[in-house]
Amino acid sequence: MTLPSPLLSAFRQALSEAWAGGAGVLLPFGFFAGTAVLVPFTMGSDPDLLAKIGPGVLWLALALASLVTLERVFQADLQDGALDLWVQEDGSISQIAAVKTLAHWLISGLPLVLLTPLLGMMLQVPATQTVPAMVAYALGGLTFFLWGGVAAALSASVARGGLLIALIALPFYLPTVIFGTLALDEGLGGTSILFLAASTLFALGVAPAAMGAALRLAAD
Amino acid sequence: MWSILANPHRFMAFSRYAVPVCYAIGTALFGWAMYQALWVVPSDAYQGGDIIRAMFIHVPSAWLCMGLYLGLAGSSFVWFIWRHELADIAARAIAPIGAGYTALCLATGSIWGKPTWGTWWLWDDARMMSVLVLFFLFLGYMALRAAMETRQKAARAGAILAMVGAVNVPLIKFSVDIWSSLHQGPSVIRAEGPAMAAVYLNPLLISFLGQGLIVAAMVFTLMRAEVFGQQADALMARRLSEG
Repeated sequence: MTLPSPLLSAFRQALSEAWAGGAGVLLPFGFFAGTAVLVPFTMGSDPDLLAKIGPGVLWLALALASLVTLERVFQADLQDGALDLWVQEDGSISQIAAVKTLAHWLISGLPLVLLTPLLGMMLQVPATQTVPAMVAYALGGLTFFLWGGVAAALSASVARGGLLIALIALPFYLPTVIFGTLALDEGLGGTSILFLAASTLFALGVAPAAMGAALRLAAD
Repeated sequence: MWSILANPHRFMAFSRYAVPVCYAIGTALFGWAMYQALWVVPSDAYQGGDIIRAMFIHVPSAWLCMGLYLGLAGSSFVWFIWRHELADIAARAIAPIGAGYTALCLATGSIWGKPTWGTWWLWDDARMMSVLVLFFLFLGYMALRAAMETRQKAARAGAILAMVGAVNVPLIKFSVDIWSSLHQGPSVIRAEGPAMAAVYLNPLLISFLGQGLIVAAMVFTLMRAEVFGQQADALMARRLSEG
């Protein structure tokens, strides 16, 4: 099976853009690590306290780090005209949006997940939580990018839409944060991780269609 | 009934009389409910004494802000599918009123919560969080519309956001329900009938009806103002083109 070419090219373009600019991967990475490292200085270094708040701090850092990069995801495509070409492809704009979001998650979501064991260790998170935490952060990060992608697509034509994206995306982040935090307490055997996965699937079903409609609007 | 009103001329003819009638009946009902609430209804020691009187504003405002979001999502859907201009005007009019009502609900809830729970704000409470989420949904909707360059784009973007929000609301509600709750269970709508004494229930329902009519009148007023504004723009454009 071969992928239709616009999807593949959109995927390739997203990956190469991330490396070309240099900061594409490093910005959310640095933001995430920076937030997590600052926390012990603001909250105090008591190991018991850190172990208690550590997983939550990483959720917060992940949600904020996802917002940092969303502004540029579709705006660049609008400015260089790629979006106009995609809209002309019959009916594939939603799929392209999904592929772009997936690429975006690979570039600026997955590296953060790979970093969490290290940061978790520094924040005294118990080692038994490491694997469930990584699964939850991976699922949660993808959900953040899907809903955040809807907000980014809606405000693609707005100059300096960063605040707007954050305001729009905030309510949609709530279920992920709640299920994600509960999943860390319950581990992989609990129900919350299933709810988290279900909300990710729900986002996968709904968000691409909404992004497609919003991108068609932005290209007009 | 609504398809008849989709015609702007019929809507204007209808709302011309509906607005004052809704305001008058709504104010009368709400006034009666407030009289009952402040002077007639006995204070309830279990609910913190006289503070129970806040319920007659708080509970209807909570119902209304949920109803207003449904109205926003519904009219956005109608506009997105059928492109009825009036549906977008309705969505645009509902948003600020909905934001105001969610703010009112949160404020009265805080005032009620302070003596009964001992705190102004409680993150653990599922219903409080749901209303807060609604507040942000309304704010995001208004901010997005305000950021768009043209009316048409604002309408499309707003409709997409309102619909995505509406399909997410059950999920958000479910997730915050899992968050533990200090609130009492539902006491008005239950399978075995209302658990509330009639002396409380009647003013509550009348207050809801009165506030609902006032909200409808406010929405119609904003919609009429918008239609008049568009007519004025069209008139101005014609004058300018004629020179």
